Amino acid sequence: MTIDRLLEGLKARDPRAIGRAISLVENGDASAEVILSSLDEDLVTRATILGITGPPGAGKSTLTNGIISHLRRDGKRIGIIAVDPSSPISGGAILGDRIRMMQHATDPDVIMRSMATRGRLGGLCATAGAAVRIMASCGCSTIIIETVGVGQSEMDIIRLADITLLVLAPGLGDDIQAMKAGLLEVADFLVVNKADCKGADILAMDLEAVTRKGSANPTQVSMTVATESKGIAELLDRIDRLDSQHRDSGERQKRRRAAHNQEVLDWCLEILRPRLFAEITKKKLPLTGDPRLKAQKILAEQ
Amino acid sequence: MTDKTKKNRVLVGKPGLDGHDRGAKFIAHALRDAGFEVVYTGIRRSPEEIAAAAIQEDVDAVGLSSLSGAHMRLFPAVVEALAKAGAPEIPVLGGGVIPDEDIKALKAAGIAEIFTPGTPVAKIISAFQNACEKKSAG
Repeated sequence: MTIDRLLEGLKARDPRAIGRAISLVENGDASAEVILSSLDEDLVTRATILGITGPPGAGKSTLTNGIISHLRRDGKRIGIIAVDPSSPISGGAILGDRIRMMQHATDPDVIMRSMATRGRLGGLCATAGAAVRIMASCGCSTIIIETVGVGQSEMDIIRLADITLLVLAPGLGDDIQAMKAGLLEVADFLVVNKADCKGADILAMDLEAVTRKGSANPTQVSMTVATESKGIAELLDRIDRLDSQHRDSGERQKRRRAAHNQEVLDWCLEILRPRLFAEITKKKLPLTGDPRLKAQKILAEQ
Repeated sequence: MTDKTKKNRVLVGKPGLDGHDRGAKFIAHALRDAGFEVVYTGIRRSPEEIAAAAIQEDVDAVGLSSLSGAHMRLFPAVVEALAKAGAPEIPVLGGGVIPDEDIKALKAAGIAEIFTPGTPVAKIISAFQNACEKKSAG
C-alpha cells in the first residue's frame, strides 16, 4: 500500500488502512510522521477514551465484549485496543483478547487491534496513544483500551484514558488491603465482575470502604456478570453520566492535558533510551561506584 | 520495510466446527517462542471472521489448523474470504490431519504451505518466517 493510498484509506475510514497505519506507527516506520500529522484532531478531541484494567482472568475482555454490544445498539463506531504482554525472552507474544470478542469480528464498525507491550512495563504499549488517535480520527466515537492483566501499580491507563474501570473478581485472594495504595485509589469505577460468584458481595463491600469518599471525583463501585451481560447497561449509564460531568467541569480537559504531557515525556525517554544505552555500553564503566552518580555525570556530558 | 522494530505478526485460528485446539495452541506457543506476535482467535471461526480479523490486525500471515477432515472446504474458503475482503496478498498456511493426496489440491487453491502430523516445529516456524518476509517485501 503506498502512503497516498493509505492516507486516502484513512480518510475513507477503511479498517484495512487503520490496521496498516497502526503497524507503521508501531514499527517506527518513516511514514509514521505523515500518518500522525494527517489525523482529524477535532474527532480525536471529541472521542471518549475508556480504559479497562484489572488482574488476569478478572473478565476484562468479556466485559469489553459486553460493552461493545451495548454501544453498537446505539450505532456508534467503536475502537478497541487490547494489549497483552511481550515475552521478555523471545520478544514474541500471544495476543488472545480477540477470542472473547469474535462475535463482533465481521462488524465493520468495530475496529479492533491487539498490541504487544514490546518491553514496556506500565500495562500498555508505547504506541497505544497513537493507536487511539488513529481510531478516533477514523470515526470511532468511543475507544476502549484493555490493558494487560495488571497487579497494583500499572498506571499507564489512568494517564491515557478519560475514564478508567478497574475490573476485579471474587476469589482472586484477599489482597484488598495490599491493593489500597495504587490502582484502586485512582480508577473511576471499581467493577466487581463475576458478581454471581461466591464472595462478590463481600468484595463489593470491601471496595465501598476504600472509595474516595468526599472527593470531587468519588470512586463508584459497580457489579456485573459479563458472561450474561448483567449490569453492563447500568454501568454504561454511570460512565456516561461521569463523562458528561467531566466534560462540564473541565476535569476531562485537565486529564487530557496531563496525559498529553506525560506522553510527550514518555516519547522523549523512549527516544533517548537507546542512545543513552549505547553511550553507557561504550564507556565500559567499572562495577564499583554508585550508578546514580554515574548517570548524573553521563547526562551532564550530553 | 527495513526498520528494526518490525515484528512478524501472524493470526492462528481454527475455522469450522472442529474444537480440537491442541495443535493450534502448540503452534501459537512455538511461534511466540520464536519471536512472533501471534493473534490467537481460537476455535469455531467462520472464514469471514478470520479474514476480517487478519485485516484489522494487519497480520503478515494466517495459520489455520484442522483435525476434523473439513480442510478441503475450509482452508480455501479462508483464502477466498481474504481475497473478497481485499487482502489476497496475506498468505495462508495450514496444518492438521491432512492426507497426502489433498496437499496438491490445497496448494492449487492458494494455501502456501501444508503441514501434516510429525512435521518438525522448526520447519513450520521457518515457513511462517518466509511467508512473513515475502509478504512484507511484496
